[in-house]
Amino acid sequence: MSAELVVHRAGPGLTVQDTGRPGHLRAGLSRGGAVDRLALAEGAALLGQAEECAAIEMVGMGGEFEATQDTRIALTGAPMRASIDGTRVAWNASHALPAGIRLSIGTVETGSYGYLHVGGGIDGPKRLGARSAHLAAGIGAPLAAGDRLALGADPRPGATNLRLEPEPRFDGGTVRIVPSLQTAFFDEAERDRFATTAFRRDTRGNRMGVRLVPEGRGFESVAGLSVLSEVIVPGDVQITGDGTPFVLLCECQTTGGYPRIGSVLPADLPRVAQAGAGAMLHFRFVSLEEGIALERRDRQVRETLRGRLVPLVRRPEEIRDLLGYQLISGVTAGDDLERPDI
Amino acid sequence: MSDGDVLEGPVMRNVGIDGLLVSFGDRLSEPANRAAMAFRDALEREGPEGIEETSTSLVSTYLRFDPVHADHGAMRRRLEEMLTARNWFEATLPGSRRLWRIPTVFGTALAPQLDEAAAAAGMDPEAAIRSIAGARVRVQTIGFAPGQPYLGQLPPDWDIPRQTQLTEKVPAGALGLAIRQMVLFSVPTPTGWRHVGQTAFPLFRPATDAPFVLRPGDEVRFDPVSPETLERMKGDADGGAVSEILT
Repeated sequence: MSAELVVHRAGPGLTVQDTGRPGHLRAGLSRGGAVDRLALAEGAALLGQAEECAAIEMVGMGGEFEATQDTRIALTGAPMRASIDGTRVAWNASHALPAGIRLSIGTVETGSYGYLHVGGGIDGPKRLGARSAHLAAGIGAPLAAGDRLALGADPRPGATNLRLEPEPRFDGGTVRIVPSLQTAFFDEAERDRFATTAFRRDTRGNRMGVRLVPEGRGFESVAGLSVLSEVIVPGDVQITGDGTPFVLLCECQTTGGYPRIGSVLPADLPRVAQAGAGAMLHFRFVSLEEGIALERRDRQVRETLRGRLVPLVRRPEEIRDLLGYQLISGVTAGDDLERPDI
Repeated sequence: MSDGDVLEGPVMRNVGIDGLLVSFGDRLSEPANRAAMAFRDALEREGPEGIEETSTSLVSTYLRFDPVHADHGAMRRRLEEMLTARNWFEATLPGSRRLWRIPTVFGTALAPQLDEAAAAAGMDPEAAIRSIAGARVRVQTIGFAPGQPYLGQLPPDWDIPRQTQLTEKVPAGALGLAIRQMVLFSVPTPTGWRHVGQTAFPLFRPATDAPFVLRPGDEVRFDPVSPETLERMKGDADGGAVSEILT
């Protein structure tokens, strides 16, 4: 009998996610998949397996889990309090999870989406080429207590206790955006104001998109609200009727009539998705050429994740200090350098 | 384009860093809709290498490619060549289209906004049902939600605005109406379109080999039935709908 992961307790926002289902825009289905694609790549690097392996995405809080056979786990994305058999374990690291031992994951410390990866990935049937739940489309369902998830064959059993310094992205900061199909619907003054405005991540947000509250008044397009519905892609910044921007994420609708002021670079989308409620975000327009160069660099970063693994220091009190230090330094360094003068 | 003027000929715009959109108009028209469908077909058949996905909206063709491996400028030039090679506004409809007849309850508690929509269009409810059921509408695009069609075009009387307040939720299979168009909702959705009819037709079937039922270019008629009849049709895989190939 193959290994299973048993869910004993589940927070309200737990779903199975992988790299999603690109290619169905024509049929009205957005690609979905993990909101934080970098976290998926980090988990794959920590476990030495393919990025396509499905993991459990956890919004705001985790749950309690147990494996039916000895297995390995990795924890990535927004850091949460986690323990194995009652002992605190480090985030951004891989650990052994022996059969029958409880893994407990609590509430998020900073950011929004945490990920639990398992050696071999979550198995089970694919639908339309992926295992991802797409709740807006009615594919799959949130995980609940009592669920038993089949696990794939582990490519590297026993290889654990590695750590990976995460790319800082959990507390807002500057997000780069390219002009897109409807940017010209906003005049230059409005675009400039958008690029110099501070935005607070609203409490309203999900896998479809996050609402941003501007400091000051909302934004107006010269095209008004009579724009014909047009293609939407994840990253688009849609300005709704009251002038408030929504950044659309991987589970967004595929067409829409609200004008969009630009599109967030794929490399910076995890920063938007992960910003916790109340976090501050800024936008900086970059050219198409710069955007493509940044995409190339981001792929290189993801490809070199495996080379950046370091052995995990296992004394828990040391891990706690280390973890706190990294997060604080990461946030300030990633933020201050790019923050526009306002 | 800055003031929303009518576009002349196809216009190409970037979509993020990895997409291009070719628009054949900035308002809905039959030739622009057909051009968008035909150009997508051409991209699928003979488009430049490196295209990863194509789709259409009401009047535009979208394509996605990997900008790190395929050059943006070269992609644009190749599309320009294809666009000037023929007059896309004269394109015919895609082949292998079907006509669907979908049993529909108009009004009643199942579709509570028929009377309101009829009043907005200046008709009594019976005339409204005759008008909608008598129209043969075409799938102009699939979008917003999986398998969900935008259908048109209804007679000019139906140029009624969307509601200013959203209906909190209409069920899957709901038929919504605004601006001479209808949407048949594939999943439960909040909407500003008025809920005039209810069907039992499943548009998105993720567990099957043919998950998306309707295609752009297909035509649809909504045949009036009673709530009792629709209830019986819920057991049917197609909610009582039947289709024939259009030639």
